[in-house]
Amino acid sequence: MHELALAEAVITTAIDAAEKNDITRITRISVRIGQLQSIKSDIFEFALRELVPRSEVRIASAEIAVEQEPARFRCRPCGHEFALTPSTGPSGEDESEAIHFIPELAHSFLQCPACNSPDFEVLQGRGVTIEAIEGE
Amino acid sequence: MSNLDPRYAAVDRRLADARRVLAVTGGKGGIGKSMVASTLALLLARRGLRAGLLDLDLTSPTDHVILGLGDRFLTEEFGVEPPVVEGVHLMSVSFLVGDRPAPLRGDDITNAILEILAITRWQDLDALVIDMPPGLGDATLDVVRLIRKAEYLMVANGSRVVRETVRRMARFLSELEVPVVGMVENMARGDSGAVRAMADEFNLRLLGSLPWDEAVEDAVGDPDALAKTRFAAALGRVADVLFV
Repeated sequence: MHELALAEAVITTAIDAAEKNDITRITRISVRIGQLQSIKSDIFEFALRELVPRSEVRIASAEIAVEQEPARFRCRPCGHEFALTPSTGPSGEDESEAIHFIPELAHSFLQCPACNSPDFEVLQGRGVTIEAIEGE
Repeated sequence: MSNLDPRYAAVDRRLADARRVLAVTGGKGGIGKSMVASTLALLLARRGLRAGLLDLDLTSPTDHVILGLGDRFLTEEFGVEPPVVEGVHLMSVSFLVGDRPAPLRGDDITNAILEILAITRWQDLDALVIDMPPGLGDATLDVVRLIRKAEYLMVANGSRVVRETVRRMARFLSELEVPVVGMVENMARGDSGAVRAMADEFNLRLLGSLPWDEAVEDAVGDPDALAKTRFAAALGRVADVLFV
């Protein structure tokens, strides 16, 4: 999207969810960003705060918490679990950018360090999730 | 509320300004869906329409080859801007992976499609043509689920093997009551009776018969030559019906 558009999508989703659940005032939005997508968290957090519509009372006073989640993978053929490190991660900016746009393209660039298979499961730390919306 | 995916909100917004979304499907691999989808987008662009083309065959993308666009990295500006080739705004994972394989399982395909739909800035389109992968798998289910305004164009052929698969797809779309604009026969070599009978069976309009045309293979990668083939001329007549 990414950082700016993603922040906008988070705000839109939070407002929609509050409306559907009769929340008149959101007190806190907890967002988790996965390491694999390499979102620039400073830009993302800034955008989240800037994009909150002050005129929208449901969300205007919400506290926004952003938590980073490390990526972890499990190889399907051999069962090996591994993290995203400089040695297992993308090599070069083009590969990083591709994964930034579409995290599933990790399967084109990353391999299990034990058996070299690209057939791995992303256990955690894929992309952006709204972990919780609290309100009253 | 917990674990909400913000991408869904973005998908609707990204596609809001596409006046029509036409998913080219048929079920069977090798039936020419990519050629039909790419050439249709090209013909629409040449008529002055703002045309988009989305290659959803994520593991085997080819639309960029048909239209003659090489590796091109995508630019990011509040989303991803599809490069424009011959007036067609084309989105393909090939711009990100080049010729590397993209081995994706079901959940990965769903996630990737959701991501592509959420990030691509089509903006103002008269028509977005979607090149669907073969089969009734995740991509088809996701397009039905995520793009409510999609209309479906079925590509068929007189071969018994093809008809067996197309019939399943036609039944699937019919049961879901999604709009199917009609059927085209591709790689036609004479009598269209079998395809016409299948179209009638599902109350679908047979929009045209696209001839088997040796010139098409030579025109791959050359949009000017492609637009001059007998295949493209016949597809143009289908476009006349679809975009009056």
